Amino acid sequence: MRALILVGGFGTRLRPLTLSRPKPLVQFCNKAVLLHQLEALLQAGVTHVVLAVSYMSEALGAAMREQEQRLGIRISLSHEKEPLGTAGPLALARDLLAEDGEPFFVLNSDVICEFPFAALAQFHRHHGGEGSLVVTRVEEPAKYGVVVSEPDTGRICRFVEKPRVFVSNKINAGLYIFSPGILQRIQLRPTSIEKEIFPAMAQEGQLYAMELQGFWMDIGQPKDFLTGMCMYLQALRAQHPEKLHSGPGVVGNVLVDPSAKIGANCVIGPNVTIGAGVVVEDGVRIKRCTVLEGARIRSHSWLESCIVGWSCSVGQWVRMENVTVLGEDVIVNDELYLNGANVLPHKSISESVPEPRIIM
Amino acid sequence: MPLKAVILIGGPQKGTRFRPLSFEMPKPLFPVAGVPMVQHHIEACAKVPGMKEILLMGFYQPHEALSRFLVSAQQEFKIPIRYLQEYAALGTGGGIYHFRDQILSGGAEAFFVLNADVCSEFPLQEMLEFRQQHGDAHSFVILGTTVSGSAGEQRSFVQHYVEKPSTFVSEIINCGIYLFTPAIFQHIGEVFQRNQQELVLEESSNGWQRAEVIRLEQDVFTALAGRGKLYVYKTDGFWSQIKSAGSAIYASRLYLNQYSKSHPERLAQNKPGGPIIRGNVYIHPTASIDSTAVLGPNVSIGEGVTVGAGVRVRESIVLHGASLHDHTCVLNTIVGWDSTIGRWARVEGTPSDPNPNDPYAKIDSETLFRDGRLTPSITILGCSVTIPAEVVILNSIVLPHKELSRSYKNQIIL
Repeated sequence: MRALILVGGFGTRLRPLTLSRPKPLVQFCNKAVLLHQLEALLQAGVTHVVLAVSYMSEALGAAMREQEQRLGIRISLSHEKEPLGTAGPLALARDLLAEDGEPFFVLNSDVICEFPFAALAQFHRHHGGEGSLVVTRVEEPAKYGVVVSEPDTGRICRFVEKPRVFVSNKINAGLYIFSPGILQRIQLRPTSIEKEIFPAMAQEGQLYAMELQGFWMDIGQPKDFLTGMCMYLQALRAQHPEKLHSGPGVVGNVLVDPSAKIGANCVIGPNVTIGAGVVVEDGVRIKRCTVLEGARIRSHSWLESCIVGWSCSVGQWVRMENVTVLGEDVIVNDELYLNGANVLPHKSISESVPEPRIIM
Repeated sequence: MPLKAVILIGGPQKGTRFRPLSFEMPKPLFPVAGVPMVQHHIEACAKVPGMKEILLMGFYQPHEALSRFLVSAQQEFKIPIRYLQEYAALGTGGGIYHFRDQILSGGAEAFFVLNADVCSEFPLQEMLEFRQQHGDAHSFVILGTTVSGSAGEQRSFVQHYVEKPSTFVSEIINCGIYLFTPAIFQHIGEVFQRNQQELVLEESSNGWQRAEVIRLEQDVFTALAGRGKLYVYKTDGFWSQIKSAGSAIYASRLYLNQYSKSHPERLAQNKPGGPIIRGNVYIHPTASIDSTAVLGPNVSIGEGVTVGAGVRVRESIVLHGASLHDHTCVLNTIVGWDSTIGRWARVEGTPSDPNPNDPYAKIDSETLFRDGRLTPSITILGCSVTIPAEVVILNSIVLPHKELSRSYKNQIIL
């Protein structure tokens, strides 16, 4: 089977992290986002993955070649000269996708969940329609576009954008499987699959919804990235508790790369991810944070709801909170307070940021 | 020459800008650089040859803490020190006029008057010498300092005196430290007489106004200026007002700097097994400080204070009995008596120092609010305040006996 991952553009919503590397290569819970998806696709029997990108990146190419070797699957790039929306890339990659005549997966690259690709393929074959999409329940459907489907079969009746009265609490989770026939519907031009293709398919009774079990999150922005991390670590607790860190000073779900060093008298967690080669000095308190590879957190600092970028250095007695995001190689001097700061890469911070703002 | 000194300590109605700290003890006893504010004055007075007696004057009710302080100061400086209580707030001139016999008893030929709420090097000996050089034994001397670094006027007799002018008059400001001869009482007496006559004329007087209320600055100096009686001795030494609680931290810094010359024994040193000291730090001998704590610059740690592992304190005053738990960070803050700060909490204020790039800059007399918003200032925890673990308290004033449960920023917490 084949799969198309809609990577798209520069990932501006996840800046300043995506100023240093393409979004699919940003580590989510100590593994590149792309890798979460590739590994799940591989398990469902996918042998060829196409990445739809609208920009070129050497880093992405190198990472792809490395993963081809490691996972033993084929990875191709489909490069859009102009942004083609969410449907256009299917037309661009038409030849690759239709080659084997089998149904193929399509997914948004920002989505993190317990990817149900095998179940989705089975569901798709079972109903025989042209497309299947995964839906997930939300608490406040009025904020989203919801999917109204038949309870028994899952056949989608219609889509309602931001419903004002309750019609459904299920939203499109950004994971699809399509039979090659869908490619007849899509022209090589900027097109929205959600707004232009799906409604027509639903009208013809060709689109089915499968409900997702477990968590789901669009991690395209820092705030949701952290929320997604909490969900992922909780799922890890249920399925692979041995992968989580334990010991004195560890609270709740904490994921620590084996090469990271954590000092004495720290209290880490709940919901913390510590990347490879990270050094956490003595007496540090971290909760609800992702600390990326090679960063150093110096003694007696206190961090909550932050993303610390690669190779950053956070000084002693620093307090960072409220979705502070440090880009790559940022230095935060001792004793500063950062509240909701968004710091661009290679910056040295010598003054507190008491109110949320962007530090160029 | 027999000399005396009068230190004007005010009363409970004064020093409201020093709240909430002045709720607990008279402001003149508030510790600055580890010792009561007014002890710096007493020490400077006691050093002047010929000093016979030091009189504290104000309208505080007899106060246990004040009495205890007087007893211990007398023992330490081996000089009589008494408290003279005004029956009402009489103003800076009215008080000394009322107690003129007490001041002159023992044949004092001259006396100093010092406001308690200033911090200074107190160049009292220099003021005496300056007066001798001028040759006029009956002249009065005001200690003055310049607002900025410019050399300014060279003349030293006072031509004109205006209290808090709204337009530019002079670079020289009054430091609130004076040297008088007994002749000053004639001039104050003239004001007293004039006040009485005016009160008689003003039948409608509501009884609140008293002839005895006399302000040295507005009522006496203004009249004396231009008559060749009043001189100003300009000092280059440090000087600052201690009006608000925030200025106490600045004043502490000035005194701690002075300690390196005057009292090196009061400054903490880096010792094996002791905390890490950066810059000038005062630690009371009874305080218990973990060896991993980092203190300074400009930190005063009071009696019986507990400082836990990995604590950071900078530009702060920690009053007696307070407890800073592990990993806390305390910056630009006054931590009240017996207050507790939970681990990993951050308590931070904004320094109210004068412009650091101007060596002659003076601290502003700050207002608490500007444009209806609390101006960022140092953080003050009143006595027995409890700060929970891991929160941040920023630019806030917490009134006494308050137990907080969350973070606060830019607030007064009643």
